[in-house]
Amino acid sequence: MGLDLGPHASFIWSAYTVVTVVVAALIAWLVLDGREQERRLAELAARGVRRRSTQRS
Amino acid sequence: MQTFTQRLANPTRFMELSASVLPWIAAAAAIIIGYGLYLSFFVAPPDYLQGETARIMFIHVPCAWLSMAVYSLIALSSFGLLVFRHPLADVSAKAAVPLGAAFTFLALVTGSLWGRPTWGTYWVWDARLTSVLILFFLYLGLMALRSSIEDESLAAKLTAILALVGIVMLPIIKFSVNFGNTLHQPASVIRAGGPTIDEALLMPLLVMAIGFTLMFVAMHLKAMRNEILRRRVKALQLAEVERAQAAQLAAAE
Repeated sequence: MGLDLGPHASFIWSAYTVVTVVVAALIAWLVLDGREQERRLAELAARGVRRRSTQRS
Repeated sequence: MQTFTQRLANPTRFMELSASVLPWIAAAAAIIIGYGLYLSFFVAPPDYLQGETARIMFIHVPCAWLSMAVYSLIALSSFGLLVFRHPLADVSAKAAVPLGAAFTFLALVTGSLWGRPTWGTYWVWDARLTSVLILFFLYLGLMALRSSIEDESLAAKLTAILALVGIVMLPIIKFSVNFGNTLHQPASVIRAGGPTIDEALLMPLLVMAIGFTLMFVAMHLKAMRNEILRRRVKALQLAEVERAQAAQLAAAE
């Protein structure tokens, strides 16, 4: 099913593409950053460095 | 009895609560944006004056709204840090800045792409466009200021002060279409006397605005969680170094 967006279709598609790319980049950054922090915490825990609250429990 | 914000002041409790609500908010955002895109392309008619290019409005306006709403959140969080010393206030402010910068960038780019077929130009130095560009630079300034100061506590306070000073940009942006020469249309949704936009275009716009707002909430929660984890890593690394130094001193004695 094709969409006929008229003579200015390239502007419409460009706008939606830019938003998609930036939002996807933000989501990727957030997910990868979260994984990186969890990996670092796991490494520290493996070396015996833990938060006091974790040590108590 | 503790207030809701007091209960959330504990980062560990915030991590537990955010972990449980984040997937639901993210899923709701995805579903609502998907529905909004369907309405935007397959239900909303072309504008009687601008034709098909008015469809850019369905992403431009939510990004523009968020650019200002996110800055309001940063200013509120900064106030919470400076006045109430809320433990999560700085985490909230720091996490929101890059997101706000991204949505402001998108508002500028999509506005520019809408402007070319509508006004005949990508950019004019009028009050609305220029004030939003200044807001974008303000976001960049907040990031640059924080990263330029090594002492995190000092960086948080100075960034919070700049954020509070910068809130003057919000009324300037809001009312910029009412004074001076501008190609930008005046407020057509949030205005005294109700929206002037036709319901056929208003509905997709509101659906997209709700979807984008939920998407921001999900992103902000995730960014706050990442920041809390980053601070835990830093604190543990510091503790490890101190422990090693103490052991060295003990061995030397």
